[in-house]
Amino acid sequence: MSREAEELNRHLLRARDAMDRAYAEPLDVRAVAAVAHISEAHFIRTFRSVFGETPHRYLQRRRVERSMFLLRETDRSITDICFDVGFMSLGTFSRTFHEIIGETPTSYREGHGPMVAPNCIQMWAMRPRVAVGSAAAASSETESSSFGEARVPAAPLG
Amino acid sequence: MLTRLNVASIYVLDKDEALDFYVNKLGLEVGSDFTQGEYRWLTVRVPGKPDVEISLEQPGPPLHDEATAEQLRELIAKGALSGLVFHTDDIRALYETLQERGVTDFTQEPIDHFYGTDMGLRDPFGNAIRVLERKTAAAATA
Repeated sequence: MSREAEELNRHLLRARDAMDRAYAEPLDVRAVAAVAHISEAHFIRTFRSVFGETPHRYLQRRRVERSMFLLRETDRSITDICFDVGFMSLGTFSRTFHEIIGETPTSYREGHGPMVAPNCIQMWAMRPRVAVGSAAAASSETESSSFGEARVPAAPLG
Repeated sequence: MLTRLNVASIYVLDKDEALDFYVNKLGLEVGSDFTQGEYRWLTVRVPGKPDVEISLEQPGPPLHDEATAEQLRELIAKGALSGLVFHTDDIRALYETLQERGVTDFTQEPIDHFYGTDMGLRDPFGNAIRVLERKTAAAATA
């Protein structure tokens, strides 16, 4: 039983890594589940029980973290940043950002400058915590068959 | 006064498999490999740098009861434990070498930053490894 749990965790981690790598691309949950070699429904359920949030929410936090980085470190427009990190619409980006961070991208940018830490440290240390903003969001996501933003089927992920 | 770091430990799921990965794939060398009774003291290190060794530890008795070991193994496999950071003098060559040796679990291909170029991968068990080629002073001011 334990051996199975280890193998499942390792597969799920590989799928989570794939999201971390390809966050800027249109991703669909089926392609990510395929990385873990499990069905879409099983993937969403087990991912949530192992990592404490849905794959969709994980990907959103990844994208929001990368947008926070670009807001702090660059002068790029908020619209450009929104598309750079994989959101397909400014509306979804702004809503998701506010939901997770509790403020708008503009006010976040005004309040935060560049950070002195290697990028890999920033990537994990600055990732917004689970459900800091509105905690709702979850129930419908478990049945969601896509990652919301994705409109184009993603290429197979490594 | 402390003078240097000597040994740091990471948890692996299997010492033989860890040895194969860390030595034959990642390119470290064996530091110590002694077996006393049921315990195997196994360390690896950067070739030619004997000062700092990485001890590869497997969860289980006598250090852990079976339930604790099981929890640790599940945490390793979901990437929840700590990892390692190395320096290299040529990260893109290393990236190619690792691929040639069959490493596929990259978490990040080499990316340039103002302080250097880094990449990420995982060992076979889920531990994170990062590698950095630091920008030299000359290149940084160029």
